[in-house]
Amino acid sequence: MKIRLDHVIKTFETFRAVKDVSLEIESGELVALLGPSGSGKTTILRMVAGLEYSDSGSIHFDTQDATDIPVRDRGVGFVFQHYALFPHMTVAENIAFGMKVSKVKREKAAIEARVTELLRLVRLEGLGDRFPAQISGGQRQRVALARALAVDPKVLLLDEPFGALDANVRRDLRRWLREIHSELGITTIFVTHDQEEALDLADRVVILKDGQIVQQGTPEEVCRDPKSAFVMKFLGDANVIAAEVRDGKAYASGAAIAVSGLPDGKAELYARPADLDWALQGPGIPASITRVLDRPDGRRVLATAETGEHLELDVEPERSVKAGDGGFVTLRRAKVFAV
Amino acid sequence: MRRNILPGLRLSLGVTLFYVGLIVVLPIVALILKAASLGPEDYWRIVSSARALASYRVTVLAALGATVFNLFFGLALAWVLVRYRFPGWRLVDAMVDLPFALPTAVAGISLTALFSANGWFGSVLGNLGITVAYTPLGIMIAMCFTSLPFIVRTVQPVLEDLDPALEEAAQSLGGSDWAIFRKVILPLLTPALLAGVSLSFARCLGEFGAIIFIAGNKPMSTEITALLIFIRLEEYDYPAAAAIASVLLLTAFVMLGVTNWLQARALRYTVKG
Amino acid sequence: MSAISSRRKPPRVGDQPLFRRALIGIVLILVALIIVAPLVVIGVEAFSKGWAVYRDTILHPDTRHAIMLTVLAALIAVPINTAFGVAAAWSITKFDFWGKRFLLVVIEIPFSVSPIVAGVAYLFVYGLQGLFGEMLDAWDIKILFAIPGVILASMFVTAPFVARELIPLMQAQGRDLEEAATSLGASGWRTFFSVTLPNVKWALLYGVVLCNARVMGEFGAVSVVSGNIRGQTNTLPLHIELLYHDYQAAGAFASASILALIAVFTIIAKVALEKQGAGRVQPAANSAENAS
Repeated sequence: MKIRLDHVIKTFETFRAVKDVSLEIESGELVALLGPSGSGKTTILRMVAGLEYSDSGSIHFDTQDATDIPVRDRGVGFVFQHYALFPHMTVAENIAFGMKVSKVKREKAAIEARVTELLRLVRLEGLGDRFPAQISGGQRQRVALARALAVDPKVLLLDEPFGALDANVRRDLRRWLREIHSELGITTIFVTHDQEEALDLADRVVILKDGQIVQQGTPEEVCRDPKSAFVMKFLGDANVIAAEVRDGKAYASGAAIAVSGLPDGKAELYARPADLDWALQGPGIPASITRVLDRPDGRRVLATAETGEHLELDVEPERSVKAGDGGFVTLRRAKVFAV
Repeated sequence: MRRNILPGLRLSLGVTLFYVGLIVVLPIVALILKAASLGPEDYWRIVSSARALASYRVTVLAALGATVFNLFFGLALAWVLVRYRFPGWRLVDAMVDLPFALPTAVAGISLTALFSANGWFGSVLGNLGITVAYTPLGIMIAMCFTSLPFIVRTVQPVLEDLDPALEEAAQSLGGSDWAIFRKVILPLLTPALLAGVSLSFARCLGEFGAIIFIAGNKPMSTEITALLIFIRLEEYDYPAAAAIASVLLLTAFVMLGVTNWLQARALRYTVKG
Repeated sequence: MSAISSRRKPPRVGDQPLFRRALIGIVLILVALIIVAPLVVIGVEAFSKGWAVYRDTILHPDTRHAIMLTVLAALIAVPINTAFGVAAAWSITKFDFWGKRFLLVVIEIPFSVSPIVAGVAYLFVYGLQGLFGEMLDAWDIKILFAIPGVILASMFVTAPFVARELIPLMQAQGRDLEEAATSLGASGWRTFFSVTLPNVKWALLYGVVLCNARVMGEFGAVSVVSGNIRGQTNTLPLHIELLYHDYQAAGAFASASILALIAVFTIIAKVALEKQGAGRVQPAANSAENAS
């Protein structure tokens, strides 16, 4: 099922949550809507589900205009942030709910067989008789997914699917959701504020800010070529260094890097900690080391430039650096954005 | 048990136990002692006399009728107050408490005025051949009035706090409104409904002031148990009053136990296992 | 592409316009018939014989005495019950002790006991046939069929009102604040008045208002223990009954109108206090947020 949003707008009271968003999602794709809170990502997901109606614009499923189709007829599976499991039903009853209330009548045995199959798919065999209060958060998450999948949805929508879970459980479930997606091939959209989650899991990442899409692309595209300072900062740690562009080069107190397509004038240079290096000789940004943080895969150096800017850079574990050392921060690569 | 850091346990618990003992426990014990002093045969003869049995019957049947009516009306009222907004809903919400705030004697005479043969409702119903005042129907209506707020006020907060995501989830799974109401909303309201029903029923069984004006109080037909106790007192038949009062007291305690058990059962899914 | 539409919400359960209108209609009609009509009829009946009769009833010495006695009962029973409610709430919520759950059940007993049963029970404590009857008679102390009996019976039926409002609230608020205050050296009373009381004042007042309404309106229990002596032990509700059975309906309704007015003020006070958050323990903050 292909999904297309055309110029969708949604306002709550006076707050404009979604401003003119257009988006296409290919059949079978796994897409992440990534953004900070208030960026409108959940509202977009809820509009695709039919849990909110847009003020204007349209939403198409394949060629069908789904804008006004109520949620119960839209054929989407929705996994809620806090799972919204029915607390008075067992795990099996929760999963069977959609099949039992469906207009398509099913045999009791067929429903039971499907529940068993889904319990196996989400690896919860034997827990069918438990109540939601009696299982762990990660297990509840999987029940919610099984319940959504039970009605054979054309689209699967997940709202912050791992938001309420421990880091370990989260990593496991992420891998497992990816497996289920490749097994079922169902068009899937999930909302997250965690960039690592989006990059790990999604075929394509749609980055939102203040109700608008600021960039979209494969994880590789958005990581390697962030189009704005916001995306650069949102995707990971970044050093910001004041710079000046002159004749196709950006200069930042002693360091320089080639840029293209930027007018001369003030600019900001963005570099990940791994994009910077430490050297005893210039050319580079003169700085002194204030602290060294040791981590299993390397050393993070905190340095203060002569201009007063605080910089963070990653060096290999063998490098001998210590607080108080003076030297130069050199640029391996960087992104430059006009101010 | 954690160590008590705060002061005032002795004083506050002392006051509490003294007061509860003097005001609540002592009279109840005195009543039970009085009833127990009767001896089993006399006791049984009094509490199973034809007039007593007739009073239980009319009291329980009217209380059941009133509670069933209030179950539906109370649920509908709570639903309307929580889910819909219309001009004057705040006023309606406030008015629900009137039966609690209005003294029962006042309710009694005003219901009698409404339903007597020449009253506003009585005259209309009379034309339809329905007599309310001085019949068991009148008892039921008085009970409906005084116990109405119980179910509304126990269901309303639960309905308000119901996670909207549950309803959305049920909708996204294709459930019709009726299916969602029956399979998701109603079961989640059940503990509150049970609590409201038992409070309402207990109140109906014990109600006195609102009923005696409208009931007619004919022995064997419209004489409620509370009134029979009162009549025995006026006849200075204290043992009989004690015995019949002990039946009402016992019923109240059984109701308390049943309510707790039903609620625990209805909420067993929340127990972590 | 669909046309621009105003802010629409997807329908929730029961939002179909026809169903919604029908349900609101039915409920409003029933509220008008069952709740509003009894209130209105009191006013209409009270003035059915004209303003003069109304005024004469209210100013009649028996009515005035009944009003005085009702106010007196409230002035004694309500403060005592309030003190009890505070003590019960403090002991139950700030300490752990054996039998606490049982104590809670016992405190709530008056709610489930018929007022007539309560009255009869008092008869068997203080009446001539009761536990202390002979002793009291020997000392010539009159409790039953006198004002003390009226007040005691009122205290029984309203015993749980204040405690019931305070206990859930103070339970939800925990003990941290009081423990902090005590550890800083505040005395028990100081802790109560400067830390606990400000946090529960609206709930306390709420309980007091409801307690007062019930004391002033109590009929069954009081009618057993008062002896119904006109001009002596008649509270306002008993006075209403007396007038009503004397075929002075207009007078009965005139007296009833005073109590009805108190009921209306009680409801107004209740709504005002609920606006301050009384009457209901706030559920734990809802963690579900929609627009992220």
